[in-house]
Amino acid sequence: MASALINVPERAKRGEIIEIKTLISHTMETGFRRTQLGALIPRDIIRRFVCTYNGTEVFRAELHPAIAANPFIVFSTVATESGTLAFHWTGDNGFSATESAAISVE
Amino acid sequence: MDRQTSRREFLKAAGGAAAGLGLGSVIAVAPAPATPAEMQEAIRKVVGGARVTPGKVTLDLPPLIENGNAVPLTVTIDSPMTEAEHVRAVHVFTEKNPQPNVVSFHLGPRAGRAKMTTRVRLADSQNVVAICELSDGSFWSDSAGIVVTLAACLEDGI
Repeated sequence: MASALINVPERAKRGEIIEIKTLISHTMETGFRRTQLGALIPRDIIRRFVCTYNGTEVFRAELHPAIAANPFIVFSTVATESGTLAFHWTGDNGFSATESAAISVE
Repeated sequence: MDRQTSRREFLKAAGGAAAGLGLGSVIAVAPAPATPAEMQEAIRKVVGGARVTPGKVTLDLPPLIENGNAVPLTVTIDSPMTEAEHVRAVHVFTEKNPQPNVVSFHLGPRAGRAKMTTRVRLADSQNVVAICELSDGSFWSDSAGIVVTLAACLEDGI
């Protein structure tokens, strides 16, 4: 099953820009490769990544087969209030994974 | 003398066989690459009829990479990221991958800083283009050339 690694600072000052690193294990099969017998391996990728901060979307990415296996995405957001950052990945074959991290803002 | 000749002949034959095999497998597995024209088409789909001006965007790619399966890519945009003036979206395109689209990021003033990093696959030495859409509706771009020694997508599957 998919496992995700999230790096979010535990505490931040109000208004500070924090960097968020996310990594999820996924093969990101492109759909362009073939087996040695010549059969096409069907596409199996993560299509969408969304980050919400206390329920509000702050960052979204649409991924294509050209994203490397185990998608690694780094972005930033402004620490506005204490709460939860939720991360959601969805993709082919009903793939869905959710991860969250708490942040306390002073 | 005789021995030397046979060794040379063996090497020649082996080299020929290896080259033939390599070429054969490339033809067998390589999907048709997108062309620069297809990339332009994909860009047109995103920007519509708007003008794309070079500038404001910085696309960071290593100039040479050994393995095209995981190429670090960073896009930075010169923007204050305020409510009035911020980056709405960033799109990355390639010329020679099987598909021109690579990734689209959607962000807003809450990002604070317009900088994002990911890792991409590149099927060949080529130009990569990053286009950003600002809150005023203008489009800005940057491109970077990269030399890929070992292309992605060419290895055999299971």
